Amino acid sequence: MKQSFYGGVHPHDRKELARHKEIVPLSAAPKEVVIAMAMHVGAPCKPIVSVGDQVKVGQKIGEIAGLGAPIHASVSGTVKAVEPRPYVGGGKCMSVVIENDFQDTWGSELTPHPDYTKLTTNEIVEIVKEAGITGMGGAGFPTHVKISSGLGKVDTLILNGAECEPYITADHRLMLEQGEKVIGGVRILMQAFGLKSAVIGVEANKEDAIEHLKALVGGKNDVTVESLRTRYPQGAEKQLIQRITGREVPPGGLPAHVGCAVFNVGTAAAVYDAVVEGKPLTHRIITVTGDAIQDPVNLRVPLGTSFQQLIEEAKGFKETPERVLTGGPMMGIAQYTLDVTCIKGTNAVLCLTKKEAAPVVAEETCLRCARCVNVCPMHLTPVYMHLYAEKGMWKDAEALNVMDCIECGSCNYICPARIHLVQSFRVTKAELRTLAAKEKAAKEAAKA
Amino acid sequence: MNDMKDLKLTVASSPHIASPIDTRNLMRDVLIALVPALVFGVVFFGPRALVATIVSVIACEFFEWAYRKIMKKSTVNGDLSAAVTGVLLAFVCAPTLPYWMLVIGDFFAIVVVKQLFGGLGKNFLNPALAGRAFLMLCYPVAMTTWVVPGIGGDVWANIIGNTTTMSGADVVTGATPLSVDFMHSGVLPDVSIGEAFVGQVGGCIGEISALALLVGGLYLIARGVIRARIPVAYIATVAVLTFIFPLGGNDRLTWMAYQLFTGGLFLGAFFMATDYVTSPVTKKGEVIYGIGCGLLTVFIRYFGGYPEGVSYSILIMNCCVWLIDKAGKPNRYGVTKEMKAAEKAAKKAGKEG
Repeated sequence: MKQSFYGGVHPHDRKELARHKEIVPLSAAPKEVVIAMAMHVGAPCKPIVSVGDQVKVGQKIGEIAGLGAPIHASVSGTVKAVEPRPYVGGGKCMSVVIENDFQDTWGSELTPHPDYTKLTTNEIVEIVKEAGITGMGGAGFPTHVKISSGLGKVDTLILNGAECEPYITADHRLMLEQGEKVIGGVRILMQAFGLKSAVIGVEANKEDAIEHLKALVGGKNDVTVESLRTRYPQGAEKQLIQRITGREVPPGGLPAHVGCAVFNVGTAAAVYDAVVEGKPLTHRIITVTGDAIQDPVNLRVPLGTSFQQLIEEAKGFKETPERVLTGGPMMGIAQYTLDVTCIKGTNAVLCLTKKEAAPVVAEETCLRCARCVNVCPMHLTPVYMHLYAEKGMWKDAEALNVMDCIECGSCNYICPARIHLVQSFRVTKAELRTLAAKEKAAKEAAKA
Repeated sequence: MNDMKDLKLTVASSPHIASPIDTRNLMRDVLIALVPALVFGVVFFGPRALVATIVSVIACEFFEWAYRKIMKKSTVNGDLSAAVTGVLLAFVCAPTLPYWMLVIGDFFAIVVVKQLFGGLGKNFLNPALAGRAFLMLCYPVAMTTWVVPGIGGDVWANIIGNTTTMSGADVVTGATPLSVDFMHSGVLPDVSIGEAFVGQVGGCIGEISALALLVGGLYLIARGVIRARIPVAYIATVAVLTFIFPLGGNDRLTWMAYQLFTGGLFLGAFFMATDYVTSPVTKKGEVIYGIGCGLLTVFIRYFGGYPEGVSYSILIMNCCVWLIDKAGKPNRYGVTKEMKAAEKAAKKAGKEG
């Protein structure tokens, strides 16, 4: 049974800024790229090149160390440094700095498989792994792990083209301009899972993309394109599954628990590139937008390009930006410097003016207006969770299921008293994780 | 402006945009929604109703400002919540109530009920209703002296004095629908249902016109300021109960209509019971709360010592809000009935084992 998720908010989507801008490559290749070794959920990669090494485009420069996906050079040239550099996720991260020789020498070890229908599941997983593909929607879960852990459990393959975050148009443009790659990628994933069908969910504000994808699927009818209500957070994994299948992912569970696997449309396109064309993940599409930007654009950029250069590509600032974010305004991370570089999950560089950004004001008192309760897509009661969080009563907050919070920001957005609810829940969740770890350690110590 | 050096970027936790609606906006909408009721109050009781409302608003804002000043707390008059309390308290008082009594009620509402408990958002009783309850205890006669509603200087109460009309004659006090005869023995008031709905009926300043209150309430619901659950559950409960149990051998529908349109039911249901601070936040809780208010209202009207039950029923339900919210806790996302049953079985097994 299909059902819309409960709650959510509808901020002005502002997608008109960049929705009609075609994806273009950088006008000038970056002089150097700074490739962070943490581009995915899990353990950061181990750099396998050292200063002075010559590298080629697509050459592996970071090897998996635990959960993760390998990282490849996005330009050819000389390794200038292997050192911690400012990181989009906050703080600094071990990075490989490559000085571009502008030769674009190709050096990938992957072989193209134009006829993917002959590949086995294991071969596809292996290619996806070697291509270093991670979720392109933002979170960056290694795709090969998602496929292999879902094998045998998944009966519904879902592609996420909702792009519910305001401002961002990268996936929209991708579906419009490279729709055949998306459809091809879905079919490869279907083959990997041994499924006969898949669903692509796209928010209704991208009517042209929906029509285009439908036309591309053509008479085959193996892929359905669903138009979804435009409501944030439609593209959140759990909410999307709920909308498409009516199933609710249990607390602490993964989509595989309800027989679903969700991939971003960008991920599908990357899978297509890797399998059919033998290209590892070295480039991605990024929307540079916001009212502070002179000329918003959708760019195809080598990973590791600095935000500074991306903003210059968009003709720089027309107003002083108040915040520069990676990702959308609801869940994006604010940056303190433009020296950070894009990673596999960077879907947008968003520069907000003082007028569009949330006003920096003191929190007022909670009115108990219940707006937060009414917008929470996870059926939580943020008003009470926050009361406990404020007093450090972590366990009481846990009893209200604070751990289920997906940090979508809807409650925070709607709060008339401007209370920093999401921040408060992040702290609570971190405290609870520490507590749980301590309890576990104590238990083990008692056993031993 | 292409200067990329020396950028002063704000780093904050997501989300980075905010809804344009803030506390002040919400309170302003409530004030706007109260205007129709005020207009009808002024039409039927004269300019004195307007003056009383203004006096009450000024007094509330003053007490809020003065208390916070004396206690060295930040000034919060900008949020307009005291103004809302001021209007609502004036609305639930008789039009001829002396201004000084009204001001005492304002003091009790703002200082004792609201600020002593920590100010906006912390009080557990609705300030306006608590103020009314306090006035009812202190000045029962003045609070229940009803003037006959009418239009024109010869029936409107004098703005200064409270016993003469604007033309100098004594005000005529009359029975209201809220009489013991009506509520307890089922003697219908001598106004038509239509008059009662529009508001040409005795009563407090703001409660007389069910029509105006309905318009204001629908405005609030349409603007998303309040949710329909509480008023609908409240009014429906009263409607059903009075329909099933008419008093004095009256026709069921007539009796129900009089019960709905007279007294403070609409004011209470749309503006008092929906007060954010003192109502539940959960969906189920809101329905339970609305039904509870409705039950108590009918019980007090039928069996209580008072002829009117709206204010006390809401005050009583106010005290139960936290409990109701615990009962109304939403179902956990992703937990199915089978999972719940399994968990219960496991707990039982654990206890027995």
